[in-house]
Amino acid sequence: MATDVFPPFDTSHFGAQLVWLAITFGGLYFLMSRVALPRVERILENRQSTISGDLDKASAMQRQAEEAGKAYEKTLADAKAKAQALIQENAVALAAEADAKRKAVEADLNAKLNAAEAQISQMKSRAMANVDAIAADAATSIVKQLTGTTPDAGAIASAVAAAKA
Amino acid sequence: MAASNAIDPIHQFEVHPLFSHEMSQVSFTNASLFMVIVSLAVTALMVMGTSRSSLVPSRIQAAAEMSYEFVAQTVRGTMGNDGMRFFPLVFSLFMFVVFSNMIGLIPYTFTVTSQIVVTFAFAALVIGTVLLYGIARHGMHFLHLFVPSGVPALLLPFIVMIEIISFLSRPISLSVRLFANMLAGHITLKVFGGFVSMMLATGGAAVALAPLPLAAIVMLTAFELLVAVLQAYVFAILTCVYLNDAIHPGH
Repeated sequence: MATDVFPPFDTSHFGAQLVWLAITFGGLYFLMSRVALPRVERILENRQSTISGDLDKASAMQRQAEEAGKAYEKTLADAKAKAQALIQENAVALAAEADAKRKAVEADLNAKLNAAEAQISQMKSRAMANVDAIAADAATSIVKQLTGTTPDAGAIASAVAAAKA
Repeated sequence: MAASNAIDPIHQFEVHPLFSHEMSQVSFTNASLFMVIVSLAVTALMVMGTSRSSLVPSRIQAAAEMSYEFVAQTVRGTMGNDGMRFFPLVFSLFMFVVFSNMIGLIPYTFTVTSQIVVTFAFAALVIGTVLLYGIARHGMHFLHLFVPSGVPALLLPFIVMIEIISFLSRPISLSVRLFANMLAGHITLKVFGGFVSMMLATGGAAVALAPLPLAAIVMLTAFELLVAVLQAYVFAILTCVYLNDAIHPGH
């Protein structure tokens, strides 16, 4: 084996090297192109799709949560508006009721007032009628005391009427 | 010769049959053994490492995925998505070369890529693929590779000649670059190793100086690690550049 040729340039083993290189590299190429590289590609694709799928799911959930938040806020606003309307309605109804009651009471009071006034004027006119008789009696007794004679009733009545006028 | 084998820097490149004394065309040599070892190592990484195909990769699967993505990026970057048809070839070449270079750095091993016949076979494979695929895909149009457009008619013959010479020199430069880098690195390591043993054998003051070449070996080994990966990368990227000519000829 101890040739004087520089070993890498010794052509005697070129044939054997090429044959074994063809066998080993050919086998390696076959395994890489048929088994290893498609497998790695599948792994990478799988991971990519898993990650993007998870991200999609997360963003969908976020959207859902946002929608739920919006729905909650809408419900709250609706309830507030309804309560406001109810308060308004109640206030109007109560005011109307109070107004009606007040008016009824006022009308009642007015009627009573009118009745009382009528009674007063009636009693007044009746009292005034009595005043004539009392005045005539008083005048008759005054005259009797002073003169000792009973005055004529007609004269007394006319004198009272004159004094009243 | 036998006595000086220990410090003979060339001895490590000798190819000899393992199971017989006669060299024949199919002898299983030490070179063949390491070709098998390299192929098995790459297979172990790429096939066994990915056998579980887990979503969260194990360490070895992560290494396999990184190798895949590194070469895939190189291929896409130089050839575009069209070049992915050559991805298995470039990947196999890169992995074979890088594992040969790295395994060859382990003491007492054999460096497959330190044999010119191996690197030239790879280069011929690449150039052969360029020629066959280029002509199969583009027919006579592929020859426009040698005729750049916009060249004055007077200069054209010279330019075409230069283009042809540069094309023919590609397999040579591709193979010699890798071969020479591996050869030179291993010879240098061996020479420095020889210095250490010679200085120790000399005795006296030389013994005290013996650690110096030893330190140099440590640094050179680190450098050789860089060269091993770098040369494999250079081989792969030049393969991509040449294959790109077959896909998109005519500059």
